[in-house]
Amino acid sequence: MSIKLSHINPGTPVRILHVSDSYLKPKLLEMGFISGSVIDVLFKAPLGDPIAIDIKGYILSLRLDEAATIEVELVNVEMS
Amino acid sequence: MKIALVGNPNTGKSSIFNMLTGLRQHVGNFPGVTVDKRSGTITTSTGSHELIDFPGTYSLYPRSKDEQVVYDVLTDPKHEDFPDVVLVVADASNIERNLFFFSQIFDLGLPSVLILNMTDLAQRAGKIIDAEKLRTAFKGTVVVETTARAGIGKSRILDAIVEAAKTRPEGRFIPEQNLCSIADSNCQEVEAAMRYKKIGDIIGTVQRIEARPKKELNRIDKLLVHKVWGYLIFAAILMTVFQFIYSFAAIPMDFIDGLFGNLSAWLQETLPKGLFSDLISQGVVPGVGGVVIFIPQIALLFFFIALLEESGYLARVVFIMDRLMRPLGLNGKSVVPLLSSVACAIPGVMSARAISDWKERLITIMVAPLMSCSARIPVYTLLIALVIPKEKLFGFMNLQGLVLFGLYALGLISALLIAWVMKLIIASKEKGFLLLELPGYKMPMWNNVGLTVWEKVKVFVVDAGKVILAISIILWAMATFGPGDRMENAASIATEQAKSMNLSQEETSRKVAAAELENSYIGIVGKTIEPLIKPLGYDWKVGISLITSFAAREVFVGSLATIYAVQDDGGENRTLIDRMKAEKHPDGAPVYTLAMGLSLMIYYVFAMQCMSTLAVVKRETKSWKWPLIQVLYMGIIAYISAFAVFQFMS
Repeated sequence: MSIKLSHINPGTPVRILHVSDSYLKPKLLEMGFISGSVIDVLFKAPLGDPIAIDIKGYILSLRLDEAATIEVELVNVEMS
Repeated sequence: MKIALVGNPNTGKSSIFNMLTGLRQHVGNFPGVTVDKRSGTITTSTGSHELIDFPGTYSLYPRSKDEQVVYDVLTDPKHEDFPDVVLVVADASNIERNLFFFSQIFDLGLPSVLILNMTDLAQRAGKIIDAEKLRTAFKGTVVVETTARAGIGKSRILDAIVEAAKTRPEGRFIPEQNLCSIADSNCQEVEAAMRYKKIGDIIGTVQRIEARPKKELNRIDKLLVHKVWGYLIFAAILMTVFQFIYSFAAIPMDFIDGLFGNLSAWLQETLPKGLFSDLISQGVVPGVGGVVIFIPQIALLFFFIALLEESGYLARVVFIMDRLMRPLGLNGKSVVPLLSSVACAIPGVMSARAISDWKERLITIMVAPLMSCSARIPVYTLLIALVIPKEKLFGFMNLQGLVLFGLYALGLISALLIAWVMKLIIASKEKGFLLLELPGYKMPMWNNVGLTVWEKVKVFVVDAGKVILAISIILWAMATFGPGDRMENAASIATEQAKSMNLSQEETSRKVAAAELENSYIGIVGKTIEPLIKPLGYDWKVGISLITSFAAREVFVGSLATIYAVQDDGGENRTLIDRMKAEKHPDGAPVYTLAMGLSLMIYYVFAMQCMSTLAVVKRETKSWKWPLIQVLYMGIIAYISAFAVFQFMS
């Protein structure tokens, strides 16, 4: 089931399914948002925006509307 | 040879640059674009070479104007800065994303050195990089390991440059893909996916992970971005910084002020009398002094900003402030420039460079001077003491203090409001985004901090100094010369009057100076603009002070002091405030009423009365367009609000 990254709560590992087309898409891919990668929402700023993501071993913050362009699915914790 | 230094942000690229060049560096411009070019000289076994520091970037394909320089220079062999060797700095503890950029450079076919920096941090995180396997994956590349923070690896890099110059990359990392154009995002997306796939294939062989990195830092982060503690800690840090700046910067500033004052007086006495002596003692020396006096504040502010940035904390401030600033057309990164401007807009405008989005950066620069800087304090305190009664409101609130607070609040609120208006007006093709890396916490490196402070001060003194000096000389000339022999005539009349009034020599020379000032070009301008400023409640003497204080706001107080001291013909030695209180219009009404005082305070909240800031804005935006717009919009708002206040109050 695909969910937008902006709807994910901290502490939930997710797998990237797809990055929607936008002016930001090439930038997001270059920063490591590649389909199949597992990422983790670490924490959110007050007011819930922006959010901080653990991706490919570093922490990246992105705004909610930026995160909304990334489709993810939940990863079964036992399996990962 | 020309050597390019490129790499991701937060990889210690500037540490490498500082380690290689030391103080042998200077800041210039990339040809044709508004991007700073930091370059320096390095010496290898084959001679001296120019090392050019490029803006940090995550990809060869630019997402901001600054980043475009990297693409433009590295893909164009005819470019004057096209390098013979490219040094790519990579964070060894974050190798996947760093190899992404490196592989792009490798595929350009340029002789390259891969610098694996911060190997100590990588080891602590349990990540061991096999440099030999990297050499196999990227044939023809020289790979070196360094810990620039500890100063380790300088000679290794210098040797690697010599070695790399002799070789070329063999083959390509992604042979099936050619260089994309900047506009072709589809091509770039395909390439990005292919690159990460290929890196994923080799990562297991080049990197061995010994222990899973613990997420201990997460706890510090949760505190620093907490909805209560996060803001409280930020506020506490700010308070500390401003305490330091106000209490410590005042000492050298007073010293510099006195030094240049004495130097002027000494030169005036020592040099043979004449125009040249006046130009030096009244134009050049005070002009240079006006530049030098800002150095303590600029140095201290950048010292603290560099500390916060190096430690990794500043990225967290951006993180918690971004959502609050965004509706106003600003960015989380606008917080530091705006707050710095409370001390002084000059370092504020300079620190806006951290904002990668051009529109958000421009708006930040445009509204920063509305924050009440420390140069407004002398003006505010004088006027408040003059027209605001020493009373308590509701029995406990000090009315004078309340007015001062109100002026600061007005500056802040109007800065935010005008930012919002500019967001609607200024067109931008670039869309703003955050995508900010939150780097790991590190101990700041004193060497980097020191060099940052040094560089900022140097840029200010050299670039802004030229403009400030020129304007000082123009103001001096306008106060020294008058049309025809008008000044001489006025002076001789004043001398006669003084004689008939039996004034002392000191009083006579003051009276003569006043008459001369009144008939100089600047006095004539003051009189000419009188009809314009009359609706605000000002007379021509205030007008002169408005003009002279265009150099810097605090000059207003000094100017008024001169003018009133000069015209005061009685023997009594009154203070400036008493003189101002006694000042009357020709019809006998007092000049400094509550309405006029408030109008003048409001004027100083808004008006762009600071040529140093203008010079810096010109430097940072690389055009006269924006400083001119700034003078105009701030001047118009100042005029209209001062007019409204005066008319409403009187």
